[in-house]
Amino acid sequence: MAYIEIRDLYKIFGPRPKEARRMLDGGASKNEIMAKTRHAVALQDVNLSVEEGETFVVMGLSGSGKSTMIRCINRLIEATQGEILLEGRDILKYNREELRELRQNHMSMVFQRFALFPHRTVRENAAYGLEIRGVDKSERFAEAERWLNIVGLTDWADSYPRQLSGGMQQRVGIARALCTDPEILLMDEPFSALDPLIRREMQDELVELQSRLNKTIIFITHDLDEALRLGDRIAILKDGMVQQVGTPEEILTSPINDYVADFTQDVNRVRVLTAQTIMIKPRPLQIDRGGPRVALKFMEEQGMASVFVVDRHRRLLGMLTMEEAIQAVQEDRREIEPLLNHEIDKTTPETYLEDLLPIAAQRRWPIAVLDEEERLIGAIPRVAVLGALAGTPDPHGHMDDTMVEEVVDALQQAAN
Amino acid sequence: MDEGGIITWFTGFDLPVGEVIEAAVDWLNLNASFVFEAIKFPIDIFLNGLEDFLLWVPWWIIIIALVALAWWRAGWRVGVLSAISLLLIRFLEPEYWDLTMITLGMILTAVAFSVIVGIPIGIWAALDDTVDRIVRPVLDAMQTIHPFVYLVPIVILFGPRKVPGTLATIIFALPPIVRLTNLGIRQVPEETVEAARSFGSTQQQMLFKVQIPLALPTIMAGLNQTLLLSLSMGVIAALIAAGGIGQEILRSVGRVDVARAAEAGLVVLLLAVVLDRISQAFAEGEAETA
Ligand SMILES: Nc1ncnc2c1ncn2[C@@H]1O[C@H](COP(=O)(O)OP(=O)(O)O)[C@@H](O)[C@H]1O
Ligand SMILES: [Mg+2]
Repeated sequence: MAYIEIRDLYKIFGPRPKEARRMLDGGASKNEIMAKTRHAVALQDVNLSVEEGETFVVMGLSGSGKSTMIRCINRLIEATQGEILLEGRDILKYNREELRELRQNHMSMVFQRFALFPHRTVRENAAYGLEIRGVDKSERFAEAERWLNIVGLTDWADSYPRQLSGGMQQRVGIARALCTDPEILLMDEPFSALDPLIRREMQDELVELQSRLNKTIIFITHDLDEALRLGDRIAILKDGMVQQVGTPEEILTSPINDYVADFTQDVNRVRVLTAQTIMIKPRPLQIDRGGPRVALKFMEEQGMASVFVVDRHRRLLGMLTMEEAIQAVQEDRREIEPLLNHEIDKTTPETYLEDLLPIAAQRRWPIAVLDEEERLIGAIPRVAVLGALAGTPDPHGHMDDTMVEEVVDALQQAAN
Repeated sequence: MDEGGIITWFTGFDLPVGEVIEAAVDWLNLNASFVFEAIKFPIDIFLNGLEDFLLWVPWWIIIIALVALAWWRAGWRVGVLSAISLLLIRFLEPEYWDLTMITLGMILTAVAFSVIVGIPIGIWAALDDTVDRIVRPVLDAMQTIHPFVYLVPIVILFGPRKVPGTLATIIFALPPIVRLTNLGIRQVPEETVEAARSFGSTQQQMLFKVQIPLALPTIMAGLNQTLLLSLSMGVIAALIAAGGIGQEILRSVGRVDVARAAEAGLVVLLLAVVLDRISQAFAEGEAETA
């Protein structure tokens, strides 16, 4: 069982949710129910599981039920029906004491518009959770200052929130949430109110922080780029229903329906997809299999203009082009070794396509993908990078002429 | 029966409301007097203690204390204004000083009880819509019914003089502090309350660490209004022999002694200015820190 499991979760706003629930079961849509009964169906039949230590992103357009969902988890909103199991125990059945204990010690929230306490200093804000828990002043202030230091606000401890910029206020929000050392962090569009540059910076900082802290983070956003950058896994929500759950690459490369596909269409995939998504299985030539003649025949059979040459352990030695091979055969040379071209473009499986673009734009030859021991694990033909850029989910798919033109334009821009 | 007879019967008809009320009041006086005594008792203790104190302290110490308070909270201008006003009160007519202190004692007592009763009611009404729905029309009634209307039953039930006068003052001055406490707490942004709740605050922690501190500027504005209403009612309460400077105004007007009436009226005005400035400074100070 996963760390957090959400099962059959429903939330219907209005005085008689049961009635609306029956209409839902009868096949009525959210809009029909709204029109007939003025009940808002915010969540329906939500099933999700979140693993310990992962950053789980819930993404959807405004009104899709994201805030409602995250608030059901710490029960700022009471669900209409369903279960939310934390390590097997249903949070929705916690009594008042258990709920308070959960909020005080295990689960903190970061809010879209920061929701700091305006009458308290930054230090007092950060220390709020510990104050509620009854931790004495010197201890809680020391802990608050430690977190303020981590988010880079040491010098602002005595200021009031209104004296800080938006980005800084949200850092206080994060410090306040982390100060109680919870295992779970609920973040409801924490960066949406910030301007794009600051948002980017905060995202990077969160990734960095998370790599040290290993919290379980449930992160809400309406921004797909943000979801793809931060999420270990992403759930896409529409009209209160989960459309698809998957890793960023799964969401991009195999959208489950048109809605998700449309959603992901405009995303800048080169920032998300990595070399391993688009690399193809390499067909290298092992060096001790023969001379230039064998190599030439191998290339002709495979229909390739060049071949990667590896040693017995699949370690990359170099590349042999067809021209070189033909020339060597004509000159009747026996060794491949001296013919090898060593100026190969190499990359790791985790490299973002964004970083491969300039290389792909300039070189004729495929890019070699190597693992940590320099073993050849993949090859990226130039056309695959171009294909990914054009949005074909299948890297081996064909492109028509206009697509090629668009891609070449894009590549030239990227190269400049 | 001819037409004239009907009309005579009709116009001559006297609904026995007065008689019913009289009976009710008699019954209350006979059977429920302990209730009124219980209400009077704390006001009596507080009022007499405060009044004795104000009359016991030499006039110049009171002036220095008030001026210092004004200066500290509101700056030197208000300090000087207060000094001039208070010295005028003292020297317009020396025998008015004690009367002013008696009135001040009544006002402060009324304010203290308005706060003690009004703030909790305001908080309760803010947290519970049902309470709000009950309290609201009661406050409306307290503000629309003219004080003369309730001075009569108060005299009947509580008797004349200072303590019932203070009680009438409390009734008159209570609504703003209740209303503005209610408003102030309801105005605390939902997301701030939500944040406090998300950290596991108890209802009490929420109230004292978040809601009341954030509502304080509004509550202080209510306190200022309550104070000014207390002052005006404290003067009117002279009608039921509550004493103080109001009594002097009433007496002078009765004797058509324009000079003394004008002086007494001026004293009330000056006292109002000083109290208003000081309490406003407190309200604004709260608004700045929040
Ligand atoms: N307190 C509420 N009362 C009635 N309807 C609500 C309430 N909160 C949210 N809703 C409705 O529920 C739906 C989901 O809202 P929300 O969870 O805030 O969406 P999101 O955070 O994705 O923008 C919306 O249709 C919204 O109008
Ligand atoms: Mg939202």
